Amino acid sequence: MADSAHSHDDHHEQSFWSKYCFSTDHKIIGFQYLFTGMLMALIGGFFAYVFRMQLAFPGSSVPFFGIVSPAAYNSLVTNHGTIMIFWVAMPVLIAAMGNYLIPLMIGCDDMVFPKINRLSYQIFLISAIILIASFFVPGGGFGGAWTAYPPLSAEAKYNSTVFGAPMWLLAVTLEIVAFLLGGINFITTVMNARAKGMKMYQIPMIVWMIVLASILFMASVGPLVAGAVMLFFDQTLGTAFFDPTAGGDPVLWQHLFWFFGHPEVYVVLLPAMGIVAEIICTFSRKKLFGYNMILYSSVGLGILSFFVWAHHQFISGVDPRMSYVFTTTTLLISIPVAIMLFAYIGTLYGGAIRLTTPMLFALAFIAEFLLGGVTGIWLGSSGTDIYLHDTYFVLAHFHYTFVPIAIIATFAAIYYWFPKMFGRKMNELWGKIHFWGTIIGFNGIFIPLFVLGAAGQHRRIYNYQHFPDLAGQNMQDLRIFATLSLVFMLLFQIVFIVNFIVSLRKGEKVGNNPWKANTLEWVAASPPPHGNFGENLPVVYRGPYEYSSPDHDKDYWPQNEPPVVKQSDTPA
Amino acid sequence: MLEYLVPRASSYAADIDFLFDLITYLVGFWFILTLGYFFYLIFRYRAKDGQKAEYITGETHKQKMAIEIPHYLILVCDAAIIVFTFIVWTDVKITQPEPDEEIRIVAQQWAWSFYHAGPDGLLGTDDDIARVDELHVEVGKTYRFHLESTDVMHSFSVPVFRLKQDAVPGRVIQGWFKPIKTGEWDIQCAEMCGVAHGIMAARIFIEDAETHTAWVAANAPTMVANTPIQDGSMIASNLSIDLQLKEDI
Repeated sequence: MADSAHSHDDHHEQSFWSKYCFSTDHKIIGFQYLFTGMLMALIGGFFAYVFRMQLAFPGSSVPFFGIVSPAAYNSLVTNHGTIMIFWVAMPVLIAAMGNYLIPLMIGCDDMVFPKINRLSYQIFLISAIILIASFFVPGGGFGGAWTAYPPLSAEAKYNSTVFGAPMWLLAVTLEIVAFLLGGINFITTVMNARAKGMKMYQIPMIVWMIVLASILFMASVGPLVAGAVMLFFDQTLGTAFFDPTAGGDPVLWQHLFWFFGHPEVYVVLLPAMGIVAEIICTFSRKKLFGYNMILYSSVGLGILSFFVWAHHQFISGVDPRMSYVFTTTTLLISIPVAIMLFAYIGTLYGGAIRLTTPMLFALAFIAEFLLGGVTGIWLGSSGTDIYLHDTYFVLAHFHYTFVPIAIIATFAAIYYWFPKMFGRKMNELWGKIHFWGTIIGFNGIFIPLFVLGAAGQHRRIYNYQHFPDLAGQNMQDLRIFATLSLVFMLLFQIVFIVNFIVSLRKGEKVGNNPWKANTLEWVAASPPPHGNFGENLPVVYRGPYEYSSPDHDKDYWPQNEPPVVKQSDTPA
Repeated sequence: MLEYLVPRASSYAADIDFLFDLITYLVGFWFILTLGYFFYLIFRYRAKDGQKAEYITGETHKQKMAIEIPHYLILVCDAAIIVFTFIVWTDVKITQPEPDEEIRIVAQQWAWSFYHAGPDGLLGTDDDIARVDELHVEVGKTYRFHLESTDVMHSFSVPVFRLKQDAVPGRVIQGWFKPIKTGEWDIQCAEMCGVAHGIMAARIFIEDAETHTAWVAANAPTMVANTPIQDGSMIASNLSIDLQLKEDI
């Protein structure tokens, strides 16, 4: 705090280098995470384009890439997954949104540990560079799937990526260290630096969600870090933690990985749910339906998420009786998720809904995530998982959860907070064109993949022509349709990029609170200066969702607006 | 629904398909209901000039019930799915019926070796028939398999059986199946196992008793001291995979 308080008083010009690269300002660090994440999303999207093209037109040269060899295919698939989860969803949803929004929404001047914050981004950047470098080393990038099951991932004689595999693992581990630092910061800041008057139940939902996600992350990541160190030793020093020929156990890694891997889904889900809560309240002019209920459900969801990991391992050779426990817990987790989604839908009831671009994306999140959520039931039931495990049904299911989380909710957030970030609005018409292109393309990709998965198509195969039962023309047509939908969806992202860049300079200039929202970030100037609120930090008088209150004449009631004592309330 | 996409060739395929259908109906009902109501709300409550939204906290008893009642109903559906899941899972993965014959399956990068019991019907004897990427079974017989891996994780997957089981190096995992339909279908490796995971394919031949007996008779090793295939044929199979890979590259 002392450090940041000092820097506010500095009015002398900062060089570009110290302002944008070595800043401790939470907003700049948020932007660093946001833009790094978006850049990595382009790489991850390009990988998806290359391997989908190979699947649709096996063996032919892919434009902008060339012939896809089996080793390259595996590496593309592996790194697509790794990038999208660890270098897109995590930095954008937690780090970028957390850094940018938390101090603004709780009404303070910066994170409580600004230097730790800067260190967090620097480690993250190094991890991204190591990952990208691993694609160019001899032997190529790691291709043993993002789950990195040993012994394949542990020994170069099996995976034939002698440098790629350890570099991949090192990059993931560093990325996790970066988020541990960030998470400590988020939790401490929210607990200690809230604006005067902001009670626990008046914290905006997205801030709660990022805090809960950080707690979940910190509680679940320990086993994975331990596992990663053991795997790194197996790779480089020749230890045998996961080598069965020398007394190790490869299944141990699966437990360590998924003990982290499943809560990780909720780590990225919760901030996305938070974003959507803010947006649907603002654009339906409604109070969030059942704030406490949503909050308690997400706590319950978080706790329950620690007891479902082995549903990834129903058929992995662990004792089959454990499936009774994990099927039960997995199906029970549908309850808190259902409560949250019902509450969001309930928020729309009786509202005055305006379908702006951020609102469209937020509503699309609810509809698409609903499909992603319910398709989990087929997989959580161990009986049907015997058949569906490791098929495209699984793949389509988790893309229906992760794309709404990492892509749709992120777009909602960018369109919604863009006026705050840059003082200008993004173009609405192009925003809506981008919306429909994205949503139609997205469904066009993954609905055919559900069908292919139900027809027995298994994952991570570079050419299905080697499997006579999967080589039929009607199945190939579905693959081609999915690929064309992906190209369609990717092309519409150009609309977004152009709209983003043009709006930075030419977008409609708007005031501090263009959406007439209640939360504190809209009190600050757009864009907020270093220190956010200037001399006087805001004081909070009410909850964040007092829209259309009968006690107030306007349909919104900012959190910091002092209450007006009405005539009727004063004692006679 | 799955039977329209993939034939049922094992005794428990219909049970798994039943579970799939049950989940489809229950989940489909809730999905369509929720999504329908969601779209109804969006159209019904579009902003109109001069009309203020309602102020609803979601904290009153009546409003809470609006969420709680559906979630109790979902809980009932969950319970139904759990019960039927337990029944199917117990049948497929827990109970191990007394087999008519046994098969040893060895997975390696990137081939399947199947050790059939041979004319004497006993596994581990000199007349075992070893085949690479070819599994021959007789319709109507109950088989117990012993699944191994020599190097990395693989997964023995037979979609027409609705069967999948990971092969873990250092372990022998047992399971069972009973073919009910003759034909020839894919066996897949469903776990990422390295560069040539994409071509780790095999075929299952489900034959009637007559054809199967003829196949066993024609392929049984005649030499007494015939050791089960070890290195020789595996090298051959890896060579053919290398050739295949070169073709694909």
